[in-house]
Amino acid sequence: MKIAISSEGNTLESKVDSRFGRAKYFIIVDSDTGEYKVIDNFAALQGSGAGTKAAQILLDEGIAYVISSNVGPNALEVFQAADINIYKAVNGTIKENIDEFKKGTLEKILMPTNNGHHGE
Amino acid sequence: MSKNKIAVLSGKGGTGKTTISVNLAKTIENSIYVDCDVEEPNGHLFFKPEIEIEKDVNVLIPEINYEKCTLCGECAKACRFGALTKLIKKILVFDHLCHSCGACYEVCPYNAITEIPKKIGTIRIGQSDGIKFIDGKLNIGEASGVPILKEISKEISDCKKNIIIDSPPGTSCSVIHSIEKSDFCLLVTEPTPYGLHDLKLAVELVKEMKIPLGIVINKSGEGDKIIEEYSKEENIEILAKVPFDREYAQAYSKGELLIEIDENLKEIFKGLSARALELINK
Amino acid sequence: MKQLAILSGKGGTGKTTVATTLSEIVKNKIMADCDVEAPNLNIIFNGSIITEENFYGKETALIDSEKCIQCGLCESLCRFDAIHDFEVNPYHCEGCGLCMYKCPVEAIKMVDENTGKIIYAKNKTGEKIVYAELFPGADGSGKLVTEVRKKAVENKGDSEYLIIDGTPGIGCPVLASATGVDAVLVITEPTLSGFEDMKRVLTAVESFKITSMVCINKWDLNKEVSDEIEQYCKDNSISVVGKINFDDIVVKALKNLKSLAEYPNSLPFRQINEMWLKVKQILDERAEVK
Repeated sequence: MKIAISSEGNTLESKVDSRFGRAKYFIIVDSDTGEYKVIDNFAALQGSGAGTKAAQILLDEGIAYVISSNVGPNALEVFQAADINIYKAVNGTIKENIDEFKKGTLEKILMPTNNGHHGE
Repeated sequence: MSKNKIAVLSGKGGTGKTTISVNLAKTIENSIYVDCDVEEPNGHLFFKPEIEIEKDVNVLIPEINYEKCTLCGECAKACRFGALTKLIKKILVFDHLCHSCGACYEVCPYNAITEIPKKIGTIRIGQSDGIKFIDGKLNIGEASGVPILKEISKEISDCKKNIIIDSPPGTSCSVIHSIEKSDFCLLVTEPTPYGLHDLKLAVELVKEMKIPLGIVINKSGEGDKIIEEYSKEENIEILAKVPFDREYAQAYSKGELLIEIDENLKEIFKGLSARALELINK
Repeated sequence: MKQLAILSGKGGTGKTTVATTLSEIVKNKIMADCDVEAPNLNIIFNGSIITEENFYGKETALIDSEKCIQCGLCESLCRFDAIHDFEVNPYHCEGCGLCMYKCPVEAIKMVDENTGKIIYAKNKTGEKIVYAELFPGADGSGKLVTEVRKKAVENKGDSEYLIIDGTPGIGCPVLASATGVDAVLVITEPTLSGFEDMKRVLTAVESFKITSMVCINKWDLNKEVSDEIEQYCKDNSISVVGKINFDDIVVKALKNLKSLAEYPNSLPFRQINEMWLKVKQILDERAEVK
């Protein structure tokens, strides 16, 4: 299963990026093989609609779960419509978050963590 | 009689654009007052117009026809604003991110997109004491007032009167659409360092748009020097100085017209009106 | 870090005067001037530039005249009237890419446009400010506001408060100034326009579910309208945290490029000081609840 995490850097030791739409990278970890892939989040360059574009990038990668800290209403709507669960990241590295996810300790994000940046 | 379009703008908010525009429209003969500050239209508070027509302003947003849609995702790829997202079973459309550019409609290989109107605001047309009035209002939550400004432009395109445009504050895209194709720009400033700083930004914009300009100092008083020095350096004429007076500020707070409370002010606006028309028709 | 956004709905109500005065009163803070089209905070704050970055707010189409076969398809498709005589007018171009997608000879590409700058500065006493400047005619200010806030957070050090001077109005940049803050302080004036615009901006930020507060500046200019504003706030459970008198000292300070803090005995300064104590209490209480 593929899990996507918003990341500040391009390794498993990198810190989680607290933003979703404008995160620097997404790291997609295959929980079965342990392999991972780093994606440059080019959605962050957009003037507006970064959240939905970032969501599209991840959908196209066939991810099953998302881990991030702050997800706005647009991205949330996309994932809810696609039946994909989002989990709130804990302070720490990508690896630490994957471990917590596997243990089942991460909380699901059900409501947007902010009210949207209105076309930024 | 050829029309004259005078745009009143200021780099900074609160310098008195609406005060100057409204009083000017009430002074200049055969005029029409147009409030282009669609986020915060205040002209009506002073004009107190009788509204005759109210029109919706719509923009087009995409609607997916699932009988033709193959979920190829080309529309979502083409949208540079993130307004379309392809899911496994459908395309999600985010209205408020849509810029109505038509790219999705044009690139869809299966003609599966139709464009449907969505209301983003209104324009109103009316009159007060025989002077025509137009304003526009953007609905809260909508991103851009530009479509409303385009509708307003259409309404006044055949107008043969002296058009006074009350622009939004600042130097953004909305300001450009408000002042485009005007014959003259009146830049309203206040004699303070903030006023001067923002006046310079407005002057830069108007000069880039190649429209002749002049300055009006509102709340004029002992601090005028800061503006006078600048205008001398830049060779820009100061067409009028509206003095600051607590009484005037109080009248403004009640929605009263300056030209109705003081003969002196009436003369100042007559002078401004005459000089502006003179400069346009040079 | 506790975040406060100062908004006004209407320009000229005294938002920047309040923000500038607070920048002197509040010690452990960083300022963010999000009034990106008319950034006035630094005029009095007088910070010296530490870092300056280019900001690319949008994309614009660019036609390669050597490849262009002048078929005119781009011009006919463009809904923003941005193409004339096979040239793109960057003032009108929305960056939608339609012309690029449809050009039969791939003569059009989208390029990033440098639309402004983001500046981090410090003044003589080491106080920090981040501000931006949009080039005239440039747009994309919602994104720039976000970048300014991000830069302020990056440079916060051990600042306890982030004070954001917001844009006048109710549009995208205003919302970008206020999203995710702990509280909003709306500066209004007792005029018909001020009252109306205050209501609009309060409505615009309602969905954010953050604490909204109001300050009536120049309240004694029209006590009737001032009372109406207070009643409205009461009816809508919004605290009026300050009422500042109309005083010539404010204009005098401004013209002399001085902050009100240099006139500490003046009534407006004392009133803003009192107001800050109430605002601080609300911000600190909110932080404890979180």
